[in-house]
Amino acid sequence: MNRQQTDIALAGGRMHQSLAHDSGRKHVSGRAEYIDDIAEPAGTLHAYLGLSAIAHGEIVSVDLDAVRAAPGVVGVLTAADIPGENDVSPPHKHDDPVFAEGRVEFLGQPVFAVIGETRDAARRASRLAKITYAPLAAALDVDAARRAGGTLVTEPLTLVRGDVDAGLSRAKNRVSGRMTIGGQDHFYLEGQIAFALPGEDEDVIVHSSTQHPSEVQLMVAHVLGISQHAVTVNVRRMGGGFGGKETQGNLFAAVAALAAKRFNRPVKIRPDRDDDMIATGKRHDFVVDYDVGYDDDGRIEAVDAVYAARCGFSADLSGPVTDRALFHADNAYFYPDVRVRSEPLKTNTVSNTAFRGFGGPQGMLAAERWIEDIAYALGRDPLEIRKANFYGQGDRNITPYHQTVEDNIIDRLVGELEASADYRARREAILAFNRTSPVLRKGIALTPVKFGISFTATWYNQAGALVHIYRDGSIHLSHGGTEMGQGLYTKVAQVLADAFGVGIDRIKIMGTTTGKVPNTSATAASSGSDLNGMAAADAARQIKARLEAHAARLYEVPADEILWVPNGIEAGGRFVPFTELVASAYLNRVQLSAAGFYKTPKIHWDRGSGRGRPFLYYAYGASVSEVTIDTLTGEYQVDRVDILHDVGRSLNPAIDLGQIEGGFIQGMGWLTTEELWWDEKGELRTHAPSTYKIPLASDVPPIFNVNLCDWSANREETIGRSKAVGEPPLMLAMSVVEALSMAVASVADYKVAPRLDTPVTPERVLMGVERMRAGG
Amino acid sequence: MHVTLSVNGTEHALDIDPRTTLLDALRDHLDLTGTKKGCDHGQCGACTILLDGKRINSCLTLAVMHEGDAITTVEGLSTPDALSPLQAAFVAHDGYQCGYCTPGQICSATGMLEEIAAGWPSHVTDDLEADPALTREEISERMSGNLCRCSAYPNIVDAIAEVGGAAK
Ligand code: FES
Ligand code: FES
Repeated sequence: MNRQQTDIALAGGRMHQSLAHDSGRKHVSGRAEYIDDIAEPAGTLHAYLGLSAIAHGEIVSVDLDAVRAAPGVVGVLTAADIPGENDVSPPHKHDDPVFAEGRVEFLGQPVFAVIGETRDAARRASRLAKITYAPLAAALDVDAARRAGGTLVTEPLTLVRGDVDAGLSRAKNRVSGRMTIGGQDHFYLEGQIAFALPGEDEDVIVHSSTQHPSEVQLMVAHVLGISQHAVTVNVRRMGGGFGGKETQGNLFAAVAALAAKRFNRPVKIRPDRDDDMIATGKRHDFVVDYDVGYDDDGRIEAVDAVYAARCGFSADLSGPVTDRALFHADNAYFYPDVRVRSEPLKTNTVSNTAFRGFGGPQGMLAAERWIEDIAYALGRDPLEIRKANFYGQGDRNITPYHQTVEDNIIDRLVGELEASADYRARREAILAFNRTSPVLRKGIALTPVKFGISFTATWYNQAGALVHIYRDGSIHLSHGGTEMGQGLYTKVAQVLADAFGVGIDRIKIMGTTTGKVPNTSATAASSGSDLNGMAAADAARQIKARLEAHAARLYEVPADEILWVPNGIEAGGRFVPFTELVASAYLNRVQLSAAGFYKTPKIHWDRGSGRGRPFLYYAYGASVSEVTIDTLTGEYQVDRVDILHDVGRSLNPAIDLGQIEGGFIQGMGWLTTEELWWDEKGELRTHAPSTYKIPLASDVPPIFNVNLCDWSANREETIGRSKAVGEPPLMLAMSVVEALSMAVASVADYKVAPRLDTPVTPERVLMGVERMRAGG
Repeated sequence: MHVTLSVNGTEHALDIDPRTTLLDALRDHLDLTGTKKGCDHGQCGACTILLDGKRINSCLTLAVMHEGDAITTVEGLSTPDALSPLQAAFVAHDGYQCGYCTPGQICSATGMLEEIAAGWPSHVTDDLEADPALTREEISERMSGNLCRCSAYPNIVDAIAEVGGAAK
């Protein structure tokens, strides 16, 4: 199978059509407006953060005189200047101050902000503070945090099904081990930014690069000590989010709003890239300890595992992230007896946060690790072990959280990919190659993905949309989702255009604002088009019902003889253009505006008992990767990747293919080249693209065959029977790790599992090769 | 300090701090915000512009050094109704997601195709004497200074290959 190509339509308005991204022409001509591009009103000030210089300690004194006296400085803000609460903790735990007070808990924590006439003046002045500390012991990683007593930032979770101790002792074979999984910086190309404009009374408008405008609104209100209704948060688009703007924009928005109200002038804040990387949270790194029992065919009988995460100094989203790691501890595999536990550890590092996959990738990666252990122990192809453990149809289909897997398509999907990628023949050829190749070695692996869709916080699974039709027939669309490049705005507009039978050019997609749709959820958990698409469809349904009743009256035909056809209706056989229908509806006083609403059905989750149905459905996928390593240097390349991925009935195949390709490459970066490195003082030393390597065009596999699973339709009644696509493809990159592992294992004739930790940098490959040479 | 910059065919007289980068001069003083700031370090390519037709990172050079140079930004590559061939190809191939890297990618690709036409070899060119072929490998290598965190690379390379008339 070759790479799937899809012709992109520049006009149209149907679901399931490869319509061009709504901002495409603006993107290519530089006219798409990001927050830093908004024209600054006269008098705009610029804020810059002053960061702590140690990882943990009491603040003894703060001398900001030199900062205040620096040229161009208008003022400084510290915790004492906050009229409301000094907290931007998303779970409202009061552990996430805007400005550190009394003590600092990681190196790079904001202590104050300086406000200047120019960004340059504020930035220079921020370095002039004299802060003295009484240092305290700093626990920087999982091991150190455990040694220091294992303080947790939030309640841990345990999922249990069956009797794991009995299952383990019954099992004929056992394997135990530890896997260390690295974190990842989001490196959204547009950094964090907020721009606040003061208004009358308590009002403030904040342009914030955020995936979660309603939360920014709430946080700004808390910090300023005012009501939510006084705060309006706007975001037209982000220059990338990936989870890094789910909560991490809160602090910047709060500082900009605080300064704007304090000085009664517009205030913009935009950290430079280094400070952005140092002061904002990342993907959690994990240490997973496991004990697994299995039979002689490689069937898993019991799994007991602990997932410890470096959460950083505060809870942020670490609770739901570590929960989701456990929800994906099974990936696509059935465990008869299972107990998995999370350990969300407090460390003196930046507070880790959401990142595409949200803990799921770490959970799945560990599952693939023990599959690999079993395969090497039994001398089998890991793919056979995977297949032996896939969830069944009708039996062997209960997850560790007691949800039944009802929509399993993994056997068919993997079977098709195995054939189209010619997996078996290529594996044989690689085994033959490795027998005679002295320096270069190859590896190949096929890994599956099963990813649960819905927020595990059940109340988040709601969405609103606001649709107006104006007298001239033009349509205004607002919804609670945010656009960060994933094509959500285009997809929701397609849903609406499809409902009215009009072209997408009739629809104006409005930037997201808290003033139009209240109490929205983060655009996260891959849920954007599922939720907002349904809300928009609900608004369209209401307006269409009114238009149908109006047309039935006007044209004196029964309502069931009104048919929606492209660009209008047929009323008793007569075509009425959409614009004419709307114009007459207005004159007849028909309401042409509706608020749509949607809440995901069927889901429930009881965290206390670890039981429920947290997910409406699952998205599936699989990939085959082939790599070549140099056993003398550890350098390697990914030669070929084949992907088959399930998006149900795609709302927009072009956008979905882009998400899959991009997700895979980003996942490959996480697992191969992106290494975060803190020194012993707790200073992040990989704080710019010079030292932190994300994938480049030249890192894309030269053969990269990506295809949608065209026969799949969502069993659940989602919008157009589509499935979510934002996160699941990231985990397709697991096959790169497994393929590298095979290449390394060849050095010891595949007798020992190499157990490479991630990211699998060339150094780790080389160390793995040397371990193999030394006898495993 | 006074400097006159020629940007997209228009002369602009500016009075700026001599430490102002060309990127900041374009964005903050000339309101040409199409050119993006991704890192301000010369490491991401978001700020790529054309200087006398050659691509450079505008964050790595000072505005006052460019009196008399012909500066072209993404805004100068098209009129509102007529996109350049590369711009149109990026739309037709969905060569972006969030779009933040896109102006830099397009300016960079515009300059890169000229470099290939002029016979400049790259790290992956086999024969340094012959004219380099426009393979996907050459395009990817030559575009590796322009980061795209959304990893829209396959479509970016498609778009460039189409305009450059790539050897398959
Ligand atoms: S902003 Fe100039 S290279 Fe990144
Ligand atoms: S399109 Fe988002 S960084 Fe390239």
